[in-house]
Amino acid sequence: MARSLDSSHVGSAEKGEWPKPLKAEACELSFYYGSRLVLKRVSVPIAQGNITALIGPSGCGKSTFLRCFNRMHDLYPGTRYEGAILLYPEGRNILDRQVDPIEVRMRLAMVFQKPNPFPKSVYENVAYGLRVRGVRDRRVLDEKVEQALRSAALWEEVKDRLSALGTSLSGGQQQRLCIARALATDPELLLLDEPTSALDPIATGNIEELLQDLKRRVTILIVTHNMQQAARISDWTAFMYLGELVEFGPTKRLFTTPTNKQTEDYITGRFG
Amino acid sequence: MIKRRKYAEALFKVLGLSSLALAVGTLALLFGALVVHGIGRLDWQFLTSFPSRHASQAGILPAVVGSTLVMLVTACAGIPVGVAAGIYLEEYAKRTWFTELIEVTVTNLAGVPSIIFGLLALGLFVYMLGLGASILTAGLTLALLILPVVIVTTREAIRAVPVHIREAAFALGATRWQTVADHVLPYSAAGILTGIILALSRAIGETAPIVTVGALTFVAFLPPAPITSQPPYLSFEWLMSPFTVMPIQMFAWVSRPGEDFAANAAAAGLLLVGMTLTMNGLAIYVRYRMRKRVFW
Amino acid sequence: MKGRTVLVPEQGTAGSSKPLLVEGEGRRRVRRIRELVIEGGLLVAALVSVATTTMILAVLVVESLGFFDTVSLYDFLTDTLWTPLFDDPHYGILPLLAGTIVTSMVGLLVAIPIGTVSAMYLSEFASPRVREIIKPVLELLGAVPTVVYGYFALLVVTPALQWIWPDLPGFNMLGPGIVIGIMILPLVISLSEDAMRAVPMMLREGSYAMGATHLETAWRVVVPAATSGIVAAYVLGISRAVGETMVVAIAAGQNPNLTWNPMEPAATITAYIVQVALGDLPHGSIGYRSIFAAGLVLAMMTFTFNILGHVMRKRFREVY
Repeated sequence: MARSLDSSHVGSAEKGEWPKPLKAEACELSFYYGSRLVLKRVSVPIAQGNITALIGPSGCGKSTFLRCFNRMHDLYPGTRYEGAILLYPEGRNILDRQVDPIEVRMRLAMVFQKPNPFPKSVYENVAYGLRVRGVRDRRVLDEKVEQALRSAALWEEVKDRLSALGTSLSGGQQQRLCIARALATDPELLLLDEPTSALDPIATGNIEELLQDLKRRVTILIVTHNMQQAARISDWTAFMYLGELVEFGPTKRLFTTPTNKQTEDYITGRFG
Repeated sequence: MIKRRKYAEALFKVLGLSSLALAVGTLALLFGALVVHGIGRLDWQFLTSFPSRHASQAGILPAVVGSTLVMLVTACAGIPVGVAAGIYLEEYAKRTWFTELIEVTVTNLAGVPSIIFGLLALGLFVYMLGLGASILTAGLTLALLILPVVIVTTREAIRAVPVHIREAAFALGATRWQTVADHVLPYSAAGILTGIILALSRAIGETAPIVTVGALTFVAFLPPAPITSQPPYLSFEWLMSPFTVMPIQMFAWVSRPGEDFAANAAAAGLLLVGMTLTMNGLAIYVRYRMRKRVFW
Repeated sequence: MKGRTVLVPEQGTAGSSKPLLVEGEGRRRVRRIRELVIEGGLLVAALVSVATTTMILAVLVVESLGFFDTVSLYDFLTDTLWTPLFDDPHYGILPLLAGTIVTSMVGLLVAIPIGTVSAMYLSEFASPRVREIIKPVLELLGAVPTVVYGYFALLVVTPALQWIWPDLPGFNMLGPGIVIGIMILPLVISLSEDAMRAVPMMLREGSYAMGATHLETAWRVVVPAATSGIVAAYVLGISRAVGETMVVAIAAGQNPNLTWNPMEPAATITAYIVQVALGDLPHGSIGYRSIFAAGLVLAMMTFTFNILGHVMRKRFREVY
């Protein structure tokens, strides 16, 4: 069952396994912290309207890879990108120096590992992205906030306390608030960095269910350390190891018949 | 043997506690001396009178007004600059030799004796810029003096805001300034406020630099009022007015021989200590409240 | 690298130069300009401290140069009289320096033992509750205006000392020196306590495991390990003592007097500056310039101590 692949094929998908249409695509993406190469020529397609999961043992660079998409690394000195991340439909390389990272972040949204609501009201948390974009009209804000909270399946729980501090909610609620905050600005691509790792199983289940509903509206790229989660929710899976892409393919196929020995070892729990 | 070691330990505890008691006791003694000597003079007449050759008729009114106006200038100049510098160093500056240089000068300024600031002010503000021995000069001098305190406490307060809050704002498309103005500053406001209170409390008691710039020790008038009856109703003449401040007034009284003036000095000292201790107490309280109320 | 196009679909035009269409050109420009202006403003604020340091040096050096046009550096450093305002002027800094050193030494003799013992107690023995109460009180002690300490030295401490030594003159260096010691106590305590608390628990546990008592551990393990930090606290305390002005100006007398006896009155560098500033000296006169020359000496002393102190503190922090 295990077919060993020629190393030059590592990272490429089999014919017919290339998703279409694409929302974004990493092309030969390398990333450096100072002089340390953290990502080595990683290429992954992000299928529109699908959930793509990034899996791999901790330290494999999956979070680093995710954070390249909204140029989060630009905030810290000594970081450098090589290669490209193309954002469709226009196919622009968003890592290009000419591209303003703020504009990139206005089209992509991110949810972090640890719920990080602002110590402001629930309402202001969700409205902040809109305010940054210059929305001042109270009616528009109200409507968008409600919509986003509904999309994040939080509306019913918080509609009576929109002015309560976001930080006063429970852990699972906080993370859904962060998802609502991310959704309020109608992002094209939602980046999730291990969004359930700080949550209990029930809250995790809620969020997984939510993501299934969301993918019709927004393309999702999710990093998870939990293989079962990837298998449950994603359409496509990329397995990374030591900063390299080992294998990419449809989730079902990758988890049943991995083409790479390392992938197989990882998903069968032999390491990682 | 063991008994002797235990004995030594108990002895040291007594020694340590009495050292601390000595420090605390000094504060009590100081306060007590001021109260005993000065409380009798601290009345309405004292607060509302001008200085006089007769100790019993002398008052501290021009000094109180002077201190207030000088503090106003100090606050208006020192706080924005100090907070802005703290924001720059913490949120904007890249790790370069240039940033190092700024940080070294801030640390250094914090250790410069206040009288050196007085000499700077004398050379720069009084003569080079021609501002004279005015309220403006004194206010700006004290603004420079408190700058390091404001910068350092601002930086500490800002640093306490976790990185993930900043990242959340950036990820939503906020610019650096939006992140700072909408999140970092509001969440660190209490800490910055503590620093500002401490800085102003230090400035209000400063004497040496104000002596050096040429504050008067006998002022029998008030600066021109900032609000006038004619349009535009605001006047900034007071900025250039000669002045005195509370610590200078106290210094002048201490330097005069005689029990009566010593009593005036004690009354002025009581007022000063009362103000600085109140401000410090407030700062300690704000800090204490803040520690209890952590968001993240 | 971009030659390997296998993975790049046909429509992928990586070289496309059109901006991401998120917001209008105008809005983007406004946003960028606003960010630049704000960053520039913040930078200017940060530069004020550099400018202040530069101006301090410039003012002191320029005015001192004027002073040294008249007075030779040799006389300045060796003459034993400081009488710039007399008809027969002498410009020897030694008497002022001696006054400064004596008052500071008295201060240190008070602050070092009390400060070190207090810091040891706070760091190694005190319960969190005691610390919680003591630390704010120490802060308050450090916040009392110096002019009030001057009053305290002249009208409380000196009379008390005269009760012990009836011959002690009303102006002397002992009283203000003791008060300076009390003033720098909060600084010395808090810096040395920081240093002691930074000593890793492991070292202490090693000592306890050998059967040492609390006190033995504090004295033989914690204090030696924190030496550099504790000495840094002393050095920064010295710097503060040397620059202290009002206490000595009020209580030590204002006559330059070359003596090492703390029971005598004498002027310090700082007291001299205050004394001259209180008078009405014409701008540019030799008397006016002499306070800048004195100030330059003071600034050099405190700069040296500050740098020394911070280097030692930094080294201490690097060890742990």
